[in-house]
Amino acid sequence: MAKAMTQKAAPGLGLDADLARKLLRDMLLIRRFEEKAAEAYALGKIGGFLHLSIGEEAVAAGATSVLRPDDYAISTYREHGHCLIKGSDPRRVMAELFGRVDGLSKGKGGSMHLFDKEHNFLGGHAIVGAHLPIAAGVGFAIKYRGGDQVVLCYFGDGAVPEGEFHEALNLAALWKLPVIWLCENNRYAMGTSLERALAQTEIWKFGETYGIPSEPVDGMDVLAVRAAVGRAVERARRDKTPALLEVRTYRFRGHSMRDPAGAVYRTKEEVEREKLRDPILLFRDRVLKPGVLSEDDVKKIEKDVNDLVDEAVAFADASPEPPASELFTDIFKESA
Amino acid sequence: MAKLNMVKALNLALMQEMERDPDVLVIGEDVGVDGGVFRVTEDLHRTYGSKRVIDSPLAEAGIIGASIGMALYGLKPVCEIQFSGFAFQCFHQIENHAARYRNRSQGRFHVPMVIRMPYGGGVRALEHHSESEEQFYAHIPGLKMVIPSGPRNARALLAAAIRDPDPVVFFEHKALYHAHKEDVPDESETMEIGRARVVREGDDLTLVAWGGMLRVAREAAETLEQEDGVGSDVIDLLTVAPLDRETIVRSVNKTGRVVIVHEAPRSFGPGAEIAASIMDGAFLSLEAPIARVTAHDVPFPGFAREKANVPDVARVVAAARDTLAY
Ligand SMILES: Cc1ncc(C[n+]2csc(CCOP(=O)(O)OP(=O)(O)O)c2C)c(N)n1
Ligand SMILES: [Mg+2]
Repeated sequence: MAKAMTQKAAPGLGLDADLARKLLRDMLLIRRFEEKAAEAYALGKIGGFLHLSIGEEAVAAGATSVLRPDDYAISTYREHGHCLIKGSDPRRVMAELFGRVDGLSKGKGGSMHLFDKEHNFLGGHAIVGAHLPIAAGVGFAIKYRGGDQVVLCYFGDGAVPEGEFHEALNLAALWKLPVIWLCENNRYAMGTSLERALAQTEIWKFGETYGIPSEPVDGMDVLAVRAAVGRAVERARRDKTPALLEVRTYRFRGHSMRDPAGAVYRTKEEVEREKLRDPILLFRDRVLKPGVLSEDDVKKIEKDVNDLVDEAVAFADASPEPPASELFTDIFKESA
Repeated sequence: MAKLNMVKALNLALMQEMERDPDVLVIGEDVGVDGGVFRVTEDLHRTYGSKRVIDSPLAEAGIIGASIGMALYGLKPVCEIQFSGFAFQCFHQIENHAARYRNRSQGRFHVPMVIRMPYGGGVRALEHHSESEEQFYAHIPGLKMVIPSGPRNARALLAAAIRDPDPVVFFEHKALYHAHKEDVPDESETMEIGRARVVREGDDLTLVAWGGMLRVAREAAETLEQEDGVGSDVIDLLTVAPLDRETIVRSVNKTGRVVIVHEAPRSFGPGAEIAASIMDGAFLSLEAPIARVTAHDVPFPGFAREKANVPDVARVVAAARDTLAY
């Protein structure tokens, strides 16, 4: 049975100018940041792999907008946006991508391994599915200490066929842990489409199997994401009920910068069709038409974001590489 | 005869083994329609179809566990794990089942399968995407651990691995995939698993290396020849386990000095086992302590520090000079 996707913001989550400004700004920040990161990658300033979430910005922006600063977020290797919106300094995120000493992890982690303790961002994880049981453990620790924070755990559709997805969902349901399982379903795991990977392609239904609230969500609609995650957070805070949200989104770029065209496994037409539902354009229209924001407001947001990202690039460029001695640090606790 | 890089040479082996034996299958993430992350399985799907070239969901334990079941039934799966760093998701299947079925069933069942994995540095990515973990597999009784060093031996060893009646873990160094081309004969050829090769001869020093480190060892030997007039045996291990102790011991009995080069971290790495084997077989011939040039005992670092971690020619030459001056 198909379930109607969350389309409308829940009542009470009214869209005032401040909220509109924030959501638009957050989505634009991710977009500009990643566009600049892509340029830097092409120039060889970023090594290894670089996975962009362009097209998926509404997920991080909408979901984080209902979190408190002391809530936790944990994610995959496609995590620049999740980290930025959780509160990390864009300059330090960019420096980390550049492998520079002022990066979030002293330039030793890079794009896939962003961590920010100050903002309760528990990391990017490069092994698909592996961070889900860890998220359950963080939920356990919150409960153990009597806290009311929640854990927001992002993962892709590709994690669903991995055993750890099922182990983690079962643990969270069995032990009643305050974890929001947020699946960013962009329909592909590298070159493998959902239909070729899952016997059950309605991912939210796995939540029903484990007896936890679950629903599909339109991930191109930032307000729908905000509403659905808001409901899940409220429940998790109140009585430690976990939830599974299947947030349907789409990545406009290739799997990584090494797969820029991505033409083998999906058609150009498909990509162009999906771009018509660009979450930033949709939201911009939505706030401009009823006059929640003016054209000038939007221009100002764009300019502020562009300045912030330019500054981040300049900061990263100016930061030195970590010294050679850093190779041997942070393996065990260092003696004084 | 065609000039092929290692990707094409491996692809040729797969094509020919699938042609030769209808029980050979290829399975892994994006190995089919997409042709594999490193293109090693390109065109297999077009040629042999979905029945024999199987795109699996993201499920490493499933890939390896199911392949073991297929192998018990007489099929010959060739599995691909996208990067060796992801293999811990299926390590229990490899260690506990693939390696032990023959022993556990007292020879009534065996597991003729190959597990291919790209390994090693050179793609400027940290940790899982660059590590060298041959020691984990070499340590497991019942597993063979093979690492080619160039297109021609890659092709021949992969064919041998596929025909082997027991499970073979087959590492392919990412930096070698496109590094150089070699003449590879059109007709299929195999090489014996468990045999090292002496690829350069000399009387003063033995250098032992494999996979991505072979080039480093060879260049170091060249430098030592030119700058120091030192002649080196360079041994290309090709198979890490079972280890060809005989070839190593024979060489060290001749030279009396040895430097082992590997990309895996030092402690409890393959170099330690090789050194112990030299002590067993060539103790009285040694003129200097056995030297090891390895990656450091640290997680594989990000691109800014990668060069400081992986052994290079200068480090090998320096270690060799210390050994020679001892
Ligand atoms: C355990 C494991 N297997 C394979 C990979 C290689 N890999 C990296 S990303 C990816 C696809 C993941 O897709 P999905 O979870 O849908 O996330 P998306 O990239 O679409 O955001 C694969 C197969 C990996 N990193 N970890
Ligand atoms: Mg996906």
